[in-house]
Amino acid sequence: MDENAVISVKDLTKRFGSFTAVDRISFEVRQGEIFGFLGANGAGKTTAIRMLCGLSRPTSGSGQVAGYDITSQPEEIKRRIGYMSQKFSLYEDLTVTENLTLFATIYGMDRKLTGPRIGEVSATLGMDGMMNTLARDIPVGWKQKLAFAATTIHRPEIVFLDEPTGGVDPLTRRKFWEIIYRASSEGMTVFVTTHYLDEAEYCNRISIMVDGHIEALDSPARLKKRYGAQTIDEVFRIVAKDARRGD
Amino acid sequence: MNPRILQILLKKEVKLMKRNPFIPRIIIAMPVMVMLLLPLVANLEVRNVGAAVVDNDCTELSRRIVADMDASEYLSVAECGFAYHEALQAVETGRADAIVVIPSHYSKDLVNGLRPKIEIEANGVNATKGMLGSRYAAQSVGATLMQWQSQEGITLPEANISVMNYFNPTLDFRNYMIPALMVVLIIIICGFLPTLNLVSEKEAGTIEAMNVTPVGKFTFVLSKLIPYWIVGILVVTVGMTIGWLVYGLVPAGNIAEVYLAAILFSFVMSGLGVSIANRSATILQSIFMMFAFIMIFQLMGGLFTPIASMPGWAQNITYLIPPRYFIEIMRAVYLKGATVQELWIQYSMLAVFAAVLCSVAALTYRKRY
Repeated sequence: MDENAVISVKDLTKRFGSFTAVDRISFEVRQGEIFGFLGANGAGKTTAIRMLCGLSRPTSGSGQVAGYDITSQPEEIKRRIGYMSQKFSLYEDLTVTENLTLFATIYGMDRKLTGPRIGEVSATLGMDGMMNTLARDIPVGWKQKLAFAATTIHRPEIVFLDEPTGGVDPLTRRKFWEIIYRASSEGMTVFVTTHYLDEAEYCNRISIMVDGHIEALDSPARLKKRYGAQTIDEVFRIVAKDARRGD
Repeated sequence: MNPRILQILLKKEVKLMKRNPFIPRIIIAMPVMVMLLLPLVANLEVRNVGAAVVDNDCTELSRRIVADMDASEYLSVAECGFAYHEALQAVETGRADAIVVIPSHYSKDLVNGLRPKIEIEANGVNATKGMLGSRYAAQSVGATLMQWQSQEGITLPEANISVMNYFNPTLDFRNYMIPALMVVLIIIICGFLPTLNLVSEKEAGTIEAMNVTPVGKFTFVLSKLIPYWIVGILVVTVGMTIGWLVYGLVPAGNIAEVYLAAILFSFVMSGLGVSIANRSATILQSIFMMFAFIMIFQLMGGLFTPIASMPGWAQNITYLIPPRYFIEIMRAVYLKGATVQELWIQYSMLAVFAAVLCSVAALTYRKRY
């Protein structure tokens, strides 16, 4: 095992009845890297992420996240990570500030530090004018920024982003990736799933999941070289051509 | 459990409650509707039972019996004749609900100690009206006879039955219903609303955002329940106030006993509600589950139909129905002024149900699937 690994899993499997959503995947993610987790719809990405975050119990296999066992110490892991789900899941009837204060407090942030930290986050994300708006009333692109802010308010070691840029325009996506880069430069490890293969080029390393398996894992440049492809899009087509699941 | 986390979660619940247009309204509208409307309509009293009298005696006494019957609040003499078939026709056409037949020579036979019988027949199609109507008629005849005896200075050999009502001397059905109606308030406020709240967080996905944080499951569930417990107690207070202002009904016993029962019953309903929420993925599912329980609770808890008049097997089932104990406590404390010592069985049964259901709720809440 790489000693810099903050995530390492071995033969991780999740079955729902006779359906094997995630089938014996093994990989490591190093401290501070941006790790892209690619795959077609139904490949098992979300299920895998949910196991890493302690939301889903693995059927078999083992793994460690932030130094804690995913099977037996999920609550310890939860203190050290942030998870942003595909679906906007903050309280729509709370304002931006109220949502951020709620998450900061739940993660045990000191009362005196909460105010300044929220100010800092809002300045970084350029959300100053919206702090007292109800979450339901802010535009989609801003909702994603807010969700990211709530997920990282406690400066987690690792942040899991499940399709963070789904349904937003290219410009907003680009800005969102700038935010991801900033978090990464502050030392946060970023684990991100995406459908947009151009976004995969922003990652340090990527894995491609097909039908519950990890079929390829390397840096974007080396993957392109290995498959003789010009873009990650081409790599994905080659790797996922035999996929049976998905739509 | 971290008190600061509980505090911020409670704050969040209160804000969400205030910003939800539905909740503050239901808190006001529920007790007002239940306490003002239900006692008026959920009334099993029968008034104006029509009696068709066949008077074959035609004496002063028989006429007095008929006149007293007509004067009674509950009976009205629809017609008075000499032919049984006419009376029967009156019942068949719906003008009368009961037939009273006074035999010939009734008055004379009575004085001579022959124990003549007045026949009372009731239409059983509307069972309640028929049963109560015939009882009213019998009571009315009995009262007239008593009065007649004392006026004439005669003592008849048979002992007359006299009915006296303790505890609810006016026999006002409302006095019986109002204390028990609090059960409806608590079922909705402390059972239904937190269930809907929890499941709607599941539907919105916000519960997952909570489950992926280190927040303890007890803290989270408590933050859901405490506001509804407080609202439940407020609503019971509003209900009691309406009972006092509108119906002039105050508990004969200690008010603290009412609150103790209300708090225990709130725990029971919350425990049940959260257990159901834990098993439901959608609001629809939870509503159907909750509804099944509420139907049985209301029909078998003794709210509308007395448990004592249920068949034996059904009576045995009611021991498993928590509202039964709450309703018994409320009626006993309100009307008889019973104390906790006297009602310890009911109070302990509520406590046991609360402990069991809250444990089930805590054990089945999962942060990880």
